[in-house]
Amino acid sequence: MRVRVRVNGAWRTAEVWPGASLLALLRDALGLCGSKNACEQGECGSCSVWLDGELVCACLVLAAQADGREVRTVEGLTTGEDLHPVQRAFVEAGAVQCGFCTPGFVVAVVDLLSRDPDPDEPRIREALSGNLCRCTGYQKILDAVRLAASKLGGSSP
Amino acid sequence: MLRLPPFTYLAPRTLEQAVGQIGEAGPEGMLVAGGTDLYPNMKRRQFEPKVLVGLRGIRDLGRISGTPAQGLAIGACATLAQVASHPAVAEGYRALALAAGAVSTPPLRNMGTLGGNLCLDTRCNYYNQTYHWRKSIGFCMKKDGDICLVAPGSPRCWALSSTDAAPAAIALGARVRLVGAGGERVVSAADLYRDDGMRYLSKAPDEILVDVILPPADGWRSTYWKLRRRGSFDFPILGVAVALRSGPGGVIEDARIVLGAVASRPVVATRAAGLVMGQRLTADLIGRVAQAASEPAKPLDNADLTIGYRKRMARVYVERALRELAGLPYDGAPGGAR
Repeated sequence: MRVRVRVNGAWRTAEVWPGASLLALLRDALGLCGSKNACEQGECGSCSVWLDGELVCACLVLAAQADGREVRTVEGLTTGEDLHPVQRAFVEAGAVQCGFCTPGFVVAVVDLLSRDPDPDEPRIREALSGNLCRCTGYQKILDAVRLAASKLGGSSP
Repeated sequence: MLRLPPFTYLAPRTLEQAVGQIGEAGPEGMLVAGGTDLYPNMKRRQFEPKVLVGLRGIRDLGRISGTPAQGLAIGACATLAQVASHPAVAEGYRALALAAGAVSTPPLRNMGTLGGNLCLDTRCNYYNQTYHWRKSIGFCMKKDGDICLVAPGSPRCWALSSTDAAPAAIALGARVRLVGAGGERVVSAADLYRDDGMRYLSKAPDEILVDVILPPADGWRSTYWKLRRRGSFDFPILGVAVALRSGPGGVIEDARIVLGAVASRPVVATRAAGLVMGQRLTADLIGRVAQAASEPAKPLDNADLTIGYRKRMARVYVERALRELAGLPYDGAPGGAR
């Protein structure tokens, strides 16, 4: 079946089978491999993207369900070589180990800071509770969120 | 890699279309809203529908209308995140806001719906496994096999009701509106469930749950407590919803206590609730009520953590929930926090 999705501002069309996930559409059909494929059951958050502005796990959204809708991925955070302030904070805080979970975390942190520019610790932990890091480098990730929040100075990312 | 089995996806725009499509699909069809539980289950071959009828494209199903004073109607496709953060739900129906906010993780609450959580498939350690795992152990009666692996001598399936929203909805006196080819009917949330791990809903497969109807909230206060291993993602291994209506002088005029994840359906602790009628909540009375409320909880060895612990925690969590509503000091925190 043919689906048409607005991805990071541009309308894209692809041919997929009815059981294809939005994640498969992004990675396999559109070549956007920033969103990672890991648990495939909504448990790890590696595939976090925005669908019509809501943070979702792309592995559990059918490509068919995204037809005609707006998707924003980690690739849409910046243009060119510049990093998004949240990405820069991850690098500076040493919050990246193997890096596999990082795009999902970055998306979840951008989502959090867009809703709550100055989150306290319980709020950060709750907001990131849908993302797993198997290197278990959570402390540095929390540092990165605080650093990003201070960099952004309360302005919406 | 977990792949979905083949199916056809239908995206009706109206309830009438959806009713027609699910009726036409017959036993081969299933309804899907958020898909956060259905798709993982399909990947593990717990479900192998040939046709999926997606409900999220039906605009009216996502609406929340009314006020706590008049009563509230929540469309079945309102997301759990919307229910958890809606001011009218938080004000008048706190147990439901806490329960919705305790389901799974933030992204899945943006996807999963109230109706989906109410209709959530029952769960069991021998059932919620990959196809390969289940095949290796010889399958169970809930899917592909013929015996119950938790209680092999039993003629029935003991999978657990694992919805957070149902105990809260029942404690709040909610009703649900079901629409099918034969018309519509409204049943109490308690009557939506059957004590059977396989046929756990009284809703017919081709009926669509469209609304959750909450009565006026006058004088009611409520809470929901959830026990699970991790502070996120996990399904409940115990849920406790309590709703109380107090009269002058703090005398309890009406009470409902409902336990989740202790049986194949939510368990209404009627005798325990009766103990508080006409009384003021004291620490001593709360202790007795909690003991009575935990008696119907008979966990089996088919969920996380041990049976003995889950049984003991039923008393502890009812006690904490009642102490919270009584304004007495308590350990822990309501909702899904740890």
